[in-house]
Amino acid sequence: MDLTLMWESLPRLLGGAPLTLQLVGLSLLLGLCIAVGLAVMRLSRNPLLSGPAAAYVFVFRGTPLLVQIFLIYYGLGQFPALRESFAWPFLREAYWCAVLALALNTAAYTSEIIRGGVQSVPFGQIEAARALGMGRMQIYRRIVAPIALRQALPAYGNEIILMVKASSLASTITLLEITGIARRLISQTFAVFEIFIIAGAIYLLMNFVVSRVISLVEWRLTPHLRRAT
Amino acid sequence: MQTASAGLPDDASADPASPDPSAAVVVEDLHKHFGELEVLKGVSLVAHQGDVISMIGSSGSGKSTFLRCINLLETPDSGRVWITGELIRMRRDRLGRTVPADARQVDRIRTRLGMVFQSFNLWSHMTVLQNIIEAPVHVLGVSRDEAVARARDLLDKVGLHGKEDTYPAHLSGGQQQRVAIARALAMQPRVMLFDEPTSALDPELVGEVLRVMRQLAEEGTTMIVVTHEMAFAREVSNQVIFLHQGRIEEQGPPDQVFGDPRSERTRQFLTRNP
Repeated sequence: MDLTLMWESLPRLLGGAPLTLQLVGLSLLLGLCIAVGLAVMRLSRNPLLSGPAAAYVFVFRGTPLLVQIFLIYYGLGQFPALRESFAWPFLREAYWCAVLALALNTAAYTSEIIRGGVQSVPFGQIEAARALGMGRMQIYRRIVAPIALRQALPAYGNEIILMVKASSLASTITLLEITGIARRLISQTFAVFEIFIIAGAIYLLMNFVVSRVISLVEWRLTPHLRRAT
Repeated sequence: MQTASAGLPDDASADPASPDPSAAVVVEDLHKHFGELEVLKGVSLVAHQGDVISMIGSSGSGKSTFLRCINLLETPDSGRVWITGELIRMRRDRLGRTVPADARQVDRIRTRLGMVFQSFNLWSHMTVLQNIIEAPVHVLGVSRDEAVARARDLLDKVGLHGKEDTYPAHLSGGQQQRVAIARALAMQPRVMLFDEPTSALDPELVGEVLRVMRQLAEEGTTMIVVTHEMAFAREVSNQVIFLHQGRIEEQGPPDQVFGDPRSERTRQFLTRNP
């Protein structure tokens, strides 16, 4: 194993970290917004709302992310209407295609996480709020959302970690994030082992930080689950 | 369902006046069914200011459902409910089900009715103090300082001084139920509804909750209590209602209902539940 090469590749690979973090951050943010909408639809009693949301989740959860990325990056350009639309300046960029694919994909999973959190809120606690004259939105804001958030946090932490890893697929559509740079370095040096070890270690470090932050937030938000002091 | 329409004026402007406008709660001919099962077959009740009404009966007799219809946690199929003289307006939806005509009226009326549940239902993510001030601050618009001061008084009253910052999960069942009573009282309701408040408690914790309820009764709080505690019903209430299969089987002052029941079913029930 060539330790010098490993050491020298480290700064080059770290150069891809900002792009990785951007892809993850942007797609998580966008995905969360879509997920909230999807979860609200999915929880509705109206089948015209819950049906499409369920179908969305079924499709995006049931197909490979790589296929979704390819469909968006290579596929969308086939449609002239789209090439002439306002969205084309974005969709012709690999960067935005990757963000969009990651966001649409995480939205499906996240909406299910939110739905699970909301459904875990004990009905008695909602009923107590109703009995005190709280309105629907007030109950959602003050009772359901905080309890659901605490319930959903561990699962959402997993989702963030999965997204950090999934962002490596963006390298397949020319993006030079960590994995993209690693592949380029390997094509120059043929040192597959050394360079992928370093790339993997960088992802590991990122996810270590993510999991620590999630644990901390979880700890801060759930004093009621800790032992009394 | 034919009988149901009689109690449901479609025209809100024709609100019938309460038969007893000074009463805190008037319920007239309440019917309710779940699926095939008819749980309430025409139950009426009048609670005046200061009344303590105990509702007894075997499980499945409809007493909890009746209580939950008073603050619309269950929607009655037919019948009328007036709270402090105001009729809760109902209408029919497209499928012919009875629904409240005005959700905001229901919310407003609920602020006059304190409800205590069998399973406490405290909000698990809030401290005791937050549980108590939540509705006064966010529903009634009371200032935070005022709500906190009042909450502390109430905690003293229910014997939980110093528990402000504790979370419900760290309290015993009896303590949780007393917080739940304080939470309901914080709204300064006109009537307190108790839905089997001691049924989920270990026997040694029942007493502390009954003591608080007894004290409220002595202070003149209007209370409707669904209970299995016969001693409480007998000693604290001024009226006892025995429900049997969705109907009032017997009703009267506790001395009469317990001491000299007219109905054979009441007699049997009391023998089995001393």
